[in-house]
Amino acid sequence: MKHMKITNIASLLGGDIVSGKTQQENHISFGFAADLLSDVLTLDVEGVLFITGLCTLQTIRTAEVAEIDCIVIARGKKVSPAMVELANRNGIVVIETECSVYKASGILYEAGLKPIY
Amino acid sequence: MKFEFDIADGDFAKAGTSSSQVKHILKQLNVDTKIIKKTTVAIYEAEVNVVAHAVGGGKLLADINLERIVVEVADLGPGIADIPQAMVEGFSTASPEVISMGFGAGMGLPNMRKNADKLEIISGVDEGTRVVITNYI
Ligand SMILES: Nc1ncnc2c1ncn2[C@@H]1O[C@H](COP(=O)(O)OP(=O)(O)OP(=O)(O)O)[C@@H](O)[C@H]1O
Ligand SMILES: [Mg+2]
Repeated sequence: MKHMKITNIASLLGGDIVSGKTQQENHISFGFAADLLSDVLTLDVEGVLFITGLCTLQTIRTAEVAEIDCIVIARGKKVSPAMVELANRNGIVVIETECSVYKASGILYEAGLKPIY
Repeated sequence: MKFEFDIADGDFAKAGTSSSQVKHILKQLNVDTKIIKKTTVAIYEAEVNVVAHAVGGGKLLADINLERIVVEVADLGPGIADIPQAMVEGFSTASPEVISMGFGAGMGLPNMRKNADKLEIISGVDEGTRVVITNYI
């Protein structure tokens, strides 16, 4: 499978879509997991899903700058209202899930979501 | 066209707001999307560096014409002692607080070089740092 729909990703992870609902029918091409925002800023492909345990406003701001379409926040962390607002303003879909970064990555990898590297 | 934005001192919650505004301006000017992305990434790295490493905040000046985008990000110090060393991938003096925010991997300056057609860094101990990023349209 080449492209995965964001709503399908959310259900695979048993997650909730908390922002960017108007973009949730879009498709994702690649998965990337990091807790290092500097790392995300070096990516130069489109259609990226970013899985992270880092749940701060900078996570969203960095996704905006790096043109990330969708963020998965792992380990049951809850995004703040300010994060939701910034994500909505930039059309970024944020999914909250109880899965760890490892488990979320494993599920999506197995389902056919390609890595960037 | 010239634009000026303030960069707040040590405020990670606001880090990136100036870069984001420049991005919106470039979008409105219909600049090529690849050029917008690389310019925004480069100036965001510079802006985060001011928040992470400088004291007293800084300024971001953008000067845009039909041929090029020049963005200058300047702060009041403490400055960079050894610029070639700072440019080495992995070199970082980031504090634990900066690291806990997801930064401090020593990748910002190398990434700026990658995303800028021209990169100038003017700095010294106890001086401010000025980073000038030029991208041709
Ligand atoms: N504006 C600045 N003022 C003072 N020192 C700076 C400034 N910008 C960079 N430096 C110095 O250069 C080093 C390398 O910067 P660089 O942006 O490459 O990495 P970093 O900011 O430490 O980590 P990263 O960018 O990966 O989050 C910094 O750790 C710091 O010592
Ligand atoms: Mg940096």
